[in-house]
Amino acid sequence: MSNAVSALQGAAFSDGIAEVRELGLRGMITLRGDLSDKKLIKAVKAVAGAMPEQRKIALKGDAGAAWMSLDELLLMVPHSDALGTVETLNSALNGTHFLAANVSDARAVFEVSGPYARDVMAKLAPVDFAPDAFEMGMFRRSRMAQVPAAFWMSDEDAFRVVCFRSVGEYMFDLLSVAAQTGSEVDVF
Amino acid sequence: MSTRLKTGGRFTDGGAQLSFDFNGKKLKGVEGDTLASALLANDQMMVGRSFKYHRPRGIVASGGEEPNALFNMGGTDDFEPNQRATVTELFDGLKITSQNHWPSLEFDIGAINKHLSRFLPAGFYYKMFIHPRPLWKHVYEPFIRQSAGLGKAPRAQDRDPDTYEHFYHFTDVMVVGGGVAGLQAAYAAALTGVKVLLVEQTAHWGGRAPVDGGEVDGLPVGNYVDNLVAELSAMDNVTMRTRMMGAGVYDHGYVLGYERLRDHQPAEIGPRHRLWRIRAAQIVTATGAIERPLSFAGNDVPGVMLAGAVRDYAVNFGVSIGDRTVVVTNNDDAYRTAITLKGLGLDVPCIIDARAGGGGALAEDAKALGIRVENGKAIAKVKGTKRVTGVSLCVQAGEGAELEEIACDAVAMSGGWSPVVHLWSHCGGKLIWDEQQSHFRPDAERPPMGATGEGFVSVAGSANGHLQLAELIGDAHGAGLAAGRAAGGNAAKATIPEGAPTSENPVEPVWLMPQGAGIKLRSKTWLDYQNDVKVSDVQLAAQEGFESVEHAKRYTTLGMATDQGKLSNINGLAVLSDALGQPIPQTGTTTFRPPYTPISMGAIGGEARGKVFQPLRKTPLYEWSDTHGSDWEPVGAWRRPFAYLQPGESVHDAVNREVKNTRENLGLLDASTLGKLIVKGPDAGKFLDMLYTNMMSTLKVGKCRYGLMCSENGFLIDDGVVARLDEETFLCHTTTGGADTIHGHMEEWLQTEWWDWNVYVANVTEQFAQIAVVGPNARKVLEKLGGMDVSKEALAFMEWADGTIGGFDARVFRISFSGELSYEIAVPASQGLAFWEALIEAGEEFGAMPYGTETLHILRAEKGFIMIGDETDGTVIPQDLNLHWALSKKKEDYLGKRAHQRSHMADTDRWKLVGLETVDKSVLPDGAYAVEEGVNANGQRNMFGRVTSTYYSANLERGIAMGLVKNGPDRMGEVIEFPKTDGTIIKAKIVDPVIYDPEGAKQNV
Repeated sequence: MSNAVSALQGAAFSDGIAEVRELGLRGMITLRGDLSDKKLIKAVKAVAGAMPEQRKIALKGDAGAAWMSLDELLLMVPHSDALGTVETLNSALNGTHFLAANVSDARAVFEVSGPYARDVMAKLAPVDFAPDAFEMGMFRRSRMAQVPAAFWMSDEDAFRVVCFRSVGEYMFDLLSVAAQTGSEVDVF
Repeated sequence: MSTRLKTGGRFTDGGAQLSFDFNGKKLKGVEGDTLASALLANDQMMVGRSFKYHRPRGIVASGGEEPNALFNMGGTDDFEPNQRATVTELFDGLKITSQNHWPSLEFDIGAINKHLSRFLPAGFYYKMFIHPRPLWKHVYEPFIRQSAGLGKAPRAQDRDPDTYEHFYHFTDVMVVGGGVAGLQAAYAAALTGVKVLLVEQTAHWGGRAPVDGGEVDGLPVGNYVDNLVAELSAMDNVTMRTRMMGAGVYDHGYVLGYERLRDHQPAEIGPRHRLWRIRAAQIVTATGAIERPLSFAGNDVPGVMLAGAVRDYAVNFGVSIGDRTVVVTNNDDAYRTAITLKGLGLDVPCIIDARAGGGGALAEDAKALGIRVENGKAIAKVKGTKRVTGVSLCVQAGEGAELEEIACDAVAMSGGWSPVVHLWSHCGGKLIWDEQQSHFRPDAERPPMGATGEGFVSVAGSANGHLQLAELIGDAHGAGLAAGRAAGGNAAKATIPEGAPTSENPVEPVWLMPQGAGIKLRSKTWLDYQNDVKVSDVQLAAQEGFESVEHAKRYTTLGMATDQGKLSNINGLAVLSDALGQPIPQTGTTTFRPPYTPISMGAIGGEARGKVFQPLRKTPLYEWSDTHGSDWEPVGAWRRPFAYLQPGESVHDAVNREVKNTRENLGLLDASTLGKLIVKGPDAGKFLDMLYTNMMSTLKVGKCRYGLMCSENGFLIDDGVVARLDEETFLCHTTTGGADTIHGHMEEWLQTEWWDWNVYVANVTEQFAQIAVVGPNARKVLEKLGGMDVSKEALAFMEWADGTIGGFDARVFRISFSGELSYEIAVPASQGLAFWEALIEAGEEFGAMPYGTETLHILRAEKGFIMIGDETDGTVIPQDLNLHWALSKKKEDYLGKRAHQRSHMADTDRWKLVGLETVDKSVLPDGAYAVEEGVNANGQRNMFGRVTSTYYSANLERGIAMGLVKNGPDRMGEVIEFPKTDGTIIKAKIVDPVIYDPEGAKQNV
């Protein structure tokens, strides 16, 4: 619907050592099931383009699939395709034990970009962001400061961050504070 | 007097002139100064008053171990107490005031205490102020608070303008300490190819070595350090940080690093401190050693300083402590101070060496410079009060009879060096007593152990007891290589650096000077400067039976001040050992706890302040509510509208209006925070039958059922409506607070007990905005918006349906928590605001008004519906709430079933839910207890019930309440008494909790 709005409606911060931007609505589907099942792998490839390895994200254009746990994936599609994708999965996986749920609106998505994006991320998440430790294609389900978050790299110096919609404002403020002027750590 | 020398200093050469403010006085310093060196350059020998006796105190040390030079720093918002001058880098405009004096530093009333010191021995407060008890609170404590205490607390209205942050860092090897040993260890570790983090708490690399001198690989050690720093800087795998202290070592290689980014340049923009949260595979502590004071009478008079510090101020800052400095020592190192001072053209009237045999090669050098050396001698006492005027010489073996008085204005003392073992010890590294060097040093055989049972901390350099450069440099190199290899590095080929050997005579333990000092001298012989603990206090503690070092510490307060006894601990426990007649290792040390020196509260809090102090959870309707009068109520991390205030309304008025409007017209509630868990799989029904006390597997698709959840101990933990979406899929609504915990509860049972059941759970709480449309006009507004049939025939009470309403994709539940005709409608969260606005607009003609949580509570209380968290508190079982009907008798098992059979759970005397109707129509206080005659075993009034929910009902125009009362349901009509805190009593009649529409006709239309 045209009156659908994201948590922060595209808020942006660019007065610091990195740019922070809310990316608006994204289609996301929680898929739980047997990740080794051929039928499931086929269905995932059909809707998201690729099947991710453990702790990885497989991206293909606007679509993608991220490894959330031993039996859970996060599938990413355009927002308007989310419900349709759930339907597709439901019919493709009919007869197997699985759960597909549209969680697009339960999320807020941000991009942190710039040469010091790693510094900003490493201030908030207990994860090794050294360039040789966190690379394109990796995916972490962790926390940022006091809220759960998942993240991956969308470019050489850009990160995507996903959190719950209700704490979208907190996440935006958090990233903006961590990106404040004069706060470069300069270790990466 | 102390002054700036013309010769210049390593750190201050070429520095710009700075001005700073001390107690309102404008003083000058130089860029590169610490606050301590700048004060000394201005002849400010006295810097504060002591804690207990208000004795004049001067600067004793040159580093983080300094006990005396603590200041109130800054003005109002940037005010901070207890700032240590020796580690505070001077900047232009710095403003400090001295602490613990009244009315002024020079003249202090509290100094009268020193004449009373005979009456203020160890444990004085415990002994004198314990009786009579009330006097402590009203007389003694206020008096002590006034006369004692170091820094002032910041004012409550002040707000720190600075920002702080955390930083997560991962490394293979972390080296703590950037002296020559730390640099060498880091270099060796880096050669193995692993990632290395090297941190140094001061602004300079090299530590003491450039001051103390010596040669490595044929180079003066200062040049060797410069070369090492250059090589390390060029290595890609090495991260180097100055002004960063290794504050604490914890399990699993976790280290806290405290980086001070803006303390020396407060005008720069950016965070002030950064707390590094580091994971290191291997940690090398190259933390150096701290010089010990000697215990002689008057060792706290301003002008008495550690010998190494005297040398530091002279070499690093070009500051002399006095024109005539007497050196007193039990080891060779202090001779370096005498030689350094002499070289700067200053007078050293005498070196007093307590050792009968005197010193080695350095002593010969000193004598060659014409310095008088007195072996086997001691200081009987220091002359002077606010500054040193001389010392009285005596023999160390005697009782202090003065041989002669030596005039001087400074005393440089050295009682030997103690390795800084703190970081080694934080996580369980053990120590051994080194007889030869009279100090505790790390026991390499017993390091802190990691998960594999291998040590993860090693130690290098003087921190390892290697006080000579020649030994230290090789030790550090070896420690670095070993750490690198243990962290996964390659064997590295590197030549071991060689230090030029020196020949020193061993230190001799001197714990009291002179050895036979009488009580008069011992009562003026300080161990702990900051907490005013003397040799006589520790001896008294031993005499009174405080044999454990931990007990003696607490009784005397030795080592309990902000310096945590860095100078005093070893001396104190040596005195204690002597008093107890046992060897020092048997006494042992007190526990070393992080942080090494105090770190700022700001750094600990990190970014969590102001708007990101805590996450606030906001529903899609938050902004709308905020601009429409919402009076916010915290519900967990959520903010929910308590009521929507119209202009001029009080909260009470608003609630009453909302209550009446919802019963009479149409109320709209933001119920988005309710937990929504999808449970799916062939075993979903079986699973829910175990989780809920009632039967869920028999629920028909399209229907809803209210359910209760108990913990395995039988206590009620959650409730909510379950909807069956299809054969395999259920949607479980939980309470707001239960969304995450019940999700976790389900996952735990599925993952640990019923892992072979085919069930998946997904938490979709935030996917939906859920709006309750409540009241007699509820159906009208939905029919007006149109899109699906919401008639009783199409959608009966306790049914749900998918469809569209007003063009919105909606799932509509016909459930009611109010007793009214009610629909709960879930739409995608992104459309929640638009849907809400459509309802408000369409509902105008039907009297639609939003209502908040208080109205929700009142409406449910009128219906006698329980609320998790009000009627339950973790000790309440469904039977207490008369919910037997929801406890399945058909099911073989469910969580809580067996627990309910325990004797206490089945007890007929449990407090049970009833309604309470006040006789005078007033509102009962929440949590009030019903009392009866008599007292219990604890002398408390007997109680037999309590209020769990209480409100003013605008519909009934009186107070309504629910409560748990012993045998309550059997006592209908009885009037019971609830005393209030003001002494009055409210009488209430026990009634049925269901007051409004007991037949349920209104919700089922």
